[in-house]
Amino acid sequence: MDLKLDHHTEDRLTIVEVEGEIDVYTAPRLRELLIDLVNKGNFHLLVNMEKVDFLDSTGLGVLVGGLKRVRAHDGSLELVCTQERILKIFRITGLTKVFGIYASVEEAKEAHGRDK
Amino acid sequence: MATVELTFSALPAHVRTARLVATAIARRTGVAEALLDEVRLAVGEACSRAVEAHRVHCPGEPIRIELCDDSGRFEVTVTDSAPSDDLEQAYKDEDELPVAVNGTELASLLPADTLMSGFGIAVIAALADDVEVYPSAKGLRIRMSWPAAASGIRAV
Repeated sequence: MDLKLDHHTEDRLTIVEVEGEIDVYTAPRLRELLIDLVNKGNFHLLVNMEKVDFLDSTGLGVLVGGLKRVRAHDGSLELVCTQERILKIFRITGLTKVFGIYASVEEAKEAHGRDK
Repeated sequence: MATVELTFSALPAHVRTARLVATAIARRTGVAEALLDEVRLAVGEACSRAVEAHRVHCPGEPIRIELCDDSGRFEVTVTDSAPSDDLEQAYKDEDELPVAVNGTELASLLPADTLMSGFGIAVIAALADDVEVYPSAKGLRIRMSWPAAASGIRAV
């Protein structure tokens, strides 16, 4: 399955919907989207990974790169993910300590609202 | 011993094909369903690393992957033809380059800026329970394996 990307903004939080496989072939498209969003002033990003079938270290690199960009603007990049197969690579690499990971978009929005 | 060999051009789009083939053969070989995601991710990491290395050093050369069921194990070997500069750098203080290197040890030795090489190999080392990396001036070979059930269907 190819990668499908969509995004919308709700109350200063930009939700990026990702569906499909994030690997060495498709990751550049996600990288371009995150860079574009930051360049347009979207500094609080929530990446919904619930429909992601596959994620490798290339994809992790793109997410870390996005986090670095938003932090330069005092922003945030957090994730929604409950899939064990995807969470496993975050645990292996220790990135569960770097990213805020929520069980649902609603849960992340509530946390974002509290932090504002 | 039955072996499937696959060679592919160093294009990112082919990595998905390699992952799918490896996962399909792992299933036929009798690798437990719970381990198939690990096979898919580890093979993807090894092939991604090889593709990136070839794109820098030798884009016209193919990458080779061998999938083998032998003595109750499913073994995957990914071989590239790109000089392992980062690995040679990691071993610059060693008297001589070892023949085979433990994946975890190798990942810890790699310089921090070799993200794809070090990170990908570190992920492979965490996923496969037996990983060996053979660096050389002619390329890198990563061999990894998983247990396969004796009742598995032979790959060929």
